[in-house]
Amino acid sequence: MLHIVACIKQVPDTKIIKMNPKTNTMDRRTAPAILNPYDAHAVEEAVRLKERYGGTVSVVTMGPPPAVTAIKKCIEIGADEGYLITDRRFAGADTLATSYAVTKAIEKISKEKPVDLIICGKMSIDGDTGQVGPGIARRLDIPPLTSVNKVVELNPDEKYAIVHRKLEDGYEVVRSTLPCLFSVEKTINEVPYSPLPNMLRAARYQPHIWSVDDLEDVDIKQLGLKGSPTIVSKVWAPPKPAGGTFLEGSPREQAEQLLSVVLEKKELFQGKGGM
Amino acid sequence: MDFKDYKGVWVFIEQKDDQVASVSLELLGAGRKLADKRGVELAGILIGENVKHLTKTVFEYGADTVYLYDQPIFKHYRTESYMKGVLDCSDKHKPEIILFGATSTGKDLASAVATDLPTGLTADTTELDVEEDTGLLLASRPAFGGNIMATILCKKYRPQMATVRSKVMKALEPEPGRAGKIVEETISLKEDDIRTKVLEIVKETVRKVRIDEADIIVAGGKGLGSYEGFQLIHHLAETIGGAVGASRDVVEAGWIDHAHQVGQTGVTVTPKIYFAIGISGAIQHIVGMKNSGLIIAINKDKEAPIFQNCHYGIVGDAFEIVPILIEMFENALSKEKVDIASKG
Repeated sequence: MLHIVACIKQVPDTKIIKMNPKTNTMDRRTAPAILNPYDAHAVEEAVRLKERYGGTVSVVTMGPPPAVTAIKKCIEIGADEGYLITDRRFAGADTLATSYAVTKAIEKISKEKPVDLIICGKMSIDGDTGQVGPGIARRLDIPPLTSVNKVVELNPDEKYAIVHRKLEDGYEVVRSTLPCLFSVEKTINEVPYSPLPNMLRAARYQPHIWSVDDLEDVDIKQLGLKGSPTIVSKVWAPPKPAGGTFLEGSPREQAEQLLSVVLEKKELFQGKGGM
Repeated sequence: MDFKDYKGVWVFIEQKDDQVASVSLELLGAGRKLADKRGVELAGILIGENVKHLTKTVFEYGADTVYLYDQPIFKHYRTESYMKGVLDCSDKHKPEIILFGATSTGKDLASAVATDLPTGLTADTTELDVEEDTGLLLASRPAFGGNIMATILCKKYRPQMATVRSKVMKALEPEPGRAGKIVEETISLKEDDIRTKVLEIVKETVRKVRIDEADIIVAGGKGLGSYEGFQLIHHLAETIGGAVGASRDVVEAGWIDHAHQVGQTGVTVTPKIYFAIGISGAIQHIVGMKNSGLIIAINKDKEAPIFQNCHYGIVGDAFEIVPILIEMFENALSKEKVDIASKG
């Protein structure tokens, strides 16, 4: 039976986050934690494939205990099982250490039930990297397929998948062996409102919660901050545009001043201009 | 790991349809500066089928060396085959830094390569520098939704890797005839070793809007009031040869397609001139356009946050000012053409 694992993340909702005007940084306390919007599409696609081919959908995430809420959201969408790995030793992980920890969780899940397909969202809205999905695929030594915007066919018996990968000027049709990993575009599907039975199930659902000690063959040195090759050395407010100069006068005078500013870059207006 | 064994700055040369991607040329410009500061070579790593002639372009834009993998197995970009090329080259020639364009191909490839090496990878870098003596790469990028910048370091691993946003770095003026050293490499990789096959490539016939490549963008917001009001944006854009951008509200209202949306949930743009007309300037919009060269805001509300994030602002009614602007641009630009024609 087909077993799909969707990898998800709980993130602060950067759309409605408030700024601290003094430090010019986001005030994270003002932002509610939500299921990363890209991951909702990953879970939705997994559920649709389950409806098409039969099988089970599991979701896995790494995060603090409140991430249970994000897993419940996935149950609402139609996932069957949820796994949270949570431990202080995971904290401060960059993308390399994150893909390591999530891979260890997937390895454990697949011992219980072999995994045919892993689906990730394109990226998270707080990290914005898109690096964890391909990282997991490399660690499991399965093909990573990024930019997937359509699943044409999945054949768990003959062990292959055919998908469309979005390109800048169209798409390519790619066939891959199974198991493999998809990172999916937002355009792959629309996430509808959840049916009531799913919502009821989600309300009662308790995910599996694992600490580092529940996972197998874990090299502690590769976890969290310690296992992260990249470090943030400094954080600063980006320089604001110098101006914010108001152009005064009548509309015509304002337009004239603007024209002279813009025409300093007149090379842009000559034919195709620039590079 | 002895860091002294790792020398040189590399740029992954992305190619398609017999052309080097513009982001790769920009990275050669940025890489040249890093390499000169360190006193090391700048190299391109070029992978594909029948791509040897592209080395000429790579040299003209600043590379000293090109590592070339030219084999039929590299006809189409595939993560596994290209990754093996980059890993092979990195093992043999040990660079201190590898830069990739933050395109879908560049990000896909860099993520896989960094995991296998393993090393640190900084995504979507917008500023690059290097410490002259240690060779430590200072890769900076907008973080936490783009309200602050963070500098990311990778102190304990080599090579150091970053993907870099297109349209942020500057390509050098090409130097015709500039030559360099081609190092031809091959890897023994059979088609059966690769688990993915590209069955077909479908080009979309409808011309897709690519506002991220535009030099000039005229963007409109909810302040224009209606679909009809938004047509003013199209008119100005047409007059000055710019692309049309939009805020999220406008896209959600259905006045224009999502491909035009600028911001966190849309496209990040860095044009040389950005007009924000009737856009209040929510954070989600600002993060998508604030690295533009020249930002001009027109809005009725003097307190609108867009005025904190622009170079020049006009407080006023777009329906009054923009038509005047259109008229003035039409006059000015037709005069420019005459000037150029008389010079030529």
